[in-house]
Amino acid sequence: MTYRIDQADVAHIAKLARLSLSDDEIDSYQNSLSRILEVIDVMNSEDLSGFAPMDHPLETVNLLREDLVVPGLDRAEVLEAAPSAEDNYFRVPRILGSS
Amino acid sequence: MSSRTIAGPARGWEYVIGLEVHTELRTATKLFCGCPNAFGEEPNTSICPVCLGLPGSLPVMNAQAVDFAIRVGLALNATIQRSQFHRKNYFYPDMPKDFQISQYDVPINANGHLELPSGAVIGIERAHLEEDTGKLVHRGGGGRIESAEYSLIDYNRSGVPLLEIVSAPDIRDPEEAKEYVAELRSILVAVGASDGRMEEGSLRVDANVSVRPVGETQMRTRVEIKNLNSLRSLTRALEFEGRRQVQLYEDGEAMLQQTRFWDEARAVTGALRLKEEANDYRYFPEPDLPPVAPDPLVIEARRSELPEFLSTRRAQLADVLPELSRDLRETVITDECWPYLRAALDANITPHRAVARCANELVALLDEIGALSPSRFVEVLALEDEGKLGASQVKVLLREACLDPLAIPELVAKLGFTASDADAVKAMVAEVVASCTQEWSRYLAGDEKVAGFLLGQVMRRYGRQISGSDARQALTRLAEEARAESS
Ligand SMILES: [Zn+2]
Repeated sequence: MTYRIDQADVAHIAKLARLSLSDDEIDSYQNSLSRILEVIDVMNSEDLSGFAPMDHPLETVNLLREDLVVPGLDRAEVLEAAPSAEDNYFRVPRILGSS
Repeated sequence: MSSRTIAGPARGWEYVIGLEVHTELRTATKLFCGCPNAFGEEPNTSICPVCLGLPGSLPVMNAQAVDFAIRVGLALNATIQRSQFHRKNYFYPDMPKDFQISQYDVPINANGHLELPSGAVIGIERAHLEEDTGKLVHRGGGGRIESAEYSLIDYNRSGVPLLEIVSAPDIRDPEEAKEYVAELRSILVAVGASDGRMEEGSLRVDANVSVRPVGETQMRTRVEIKNLNSLRSLTRALEFEGRRQVQLYEDGEAMLQQTRFWDEARAVTGALRLKEEANDYRYFPEPDLPPVAPDPLVIEARRSELPEFLSTRRAQLADVLPELSRDLRETVITDECWPYLRAALDANITPHRAVARCANELVALLDEIGALSPSRFVEVLALEDEGKLGASQVKVLLREACLDPLAIPELVAKLGFTASDADAVKAMVAEVVASCTQEWSRYLAGDEKVAGFLLGQVMRRYGRQISGSDARQALTRLAEEARAESS
């Protein structure tokens, strides 16, 4: 069976999404992503030249709110729920290099 | 308009520069939530589920941010269009959702341009809405990201509305880049979209720069420089980077397309040692935000509300004083000075005198302007125009008119300037020049060097009673009158 996406692409997408996949999982995603791409091929095969491209599935536009302040969340409560906090900041491991 | 000499990075080379200016919009709240858009608050006091990227939260677009974007677009002569939002996917701790909501292929403003004081016109490719990220503080390792032990995050800035204004690669040297940012900043402030404070990060500049031999038309490999937080950093970084690139080409080295940062302390650009995933942002349409399609009636209303821009004032001045130097012109078209100059020109004060009084006396008084309104300023200049006051008297009177709200004629009386003072000075000068007929006719014929001799004669006789500047003014006026009579 030929797939519409190869395993290297699946591994690349997983890496970009910070997912670590086992070999079995890569097989399984290769299969399901290929099926999604096949469905898209079917849609692309339709003649849609008479339709303007849509920029959103809904016809609504300009869903705007007034520029008014509303109360947010309590800092202590939020930081309490964070994995790590320090001096009223969220704390994260080093960003560059290995930790 | 004066043309400017373009300064290349080295003989025979030229810069190709495009700038991305990120401006924080001066809204009350963030782009997609009602948290306050405030600077300098305690960390993490302006946060909610939306700007923390908590699951299930939904963004709703701020109407004021759209309104500011429209105003800026109009000011930049851009096309304002129906636009769409996309997700730009990447992982970085300052982006809690792991994607930034931005505009991708259909920005709200496209294809504008900005005219600079030099007369150069710089293309604006787009000006799009997007959200700002949080702020990182690195702990340990001297506070530098590459050596830090860990980092702290303040999400107050996360979701603050940004307008990213992208110029075409039309900028040809660092000085022009500075001029572009300064002009853009004045427009952003004039429409109320930004407070223009670069040092507080309200305006952040990234520069795309490449070099090429003069005469070559193709673009060469470009480098993006980040972290340009002042006009000074901008010009210094561009100059350094231009020289670095020329050196690489001349040494036959490979030019890499890369992102570099400006190190202000060491005055160099350095490569960012981030593990880059080759900009694979996987943009896709933001399903939670419908398109923004500005109503043409709203666009026209905003157009009619646009403030007067510096370019308009330059054009007005060019009509009355085409030969005005650029320095003088830029001094008098500021928001502080212009109302006075405009009032003077509207009252038919001699244009070169109005400009001189604005650029010299008025500018020095701006900090203590008090009771000196444009109409009082015009009243004083009219007295000078009519020959009733001398230049040095005008100087004193203008200062007094700031401090004392008395009517101008009463101030003149209070200072003991009789309206005939200027006439008296003129009479003294006339008397002296009448005894120097030869020098006087040379002066009338245009020999400016004789002025010193004539004034010396005047001051020798009347120096205790009158000032040199008043005598010079009287001399100029006498000459103008004599020339007018003889022609
Ligand atoms: Zn919020």
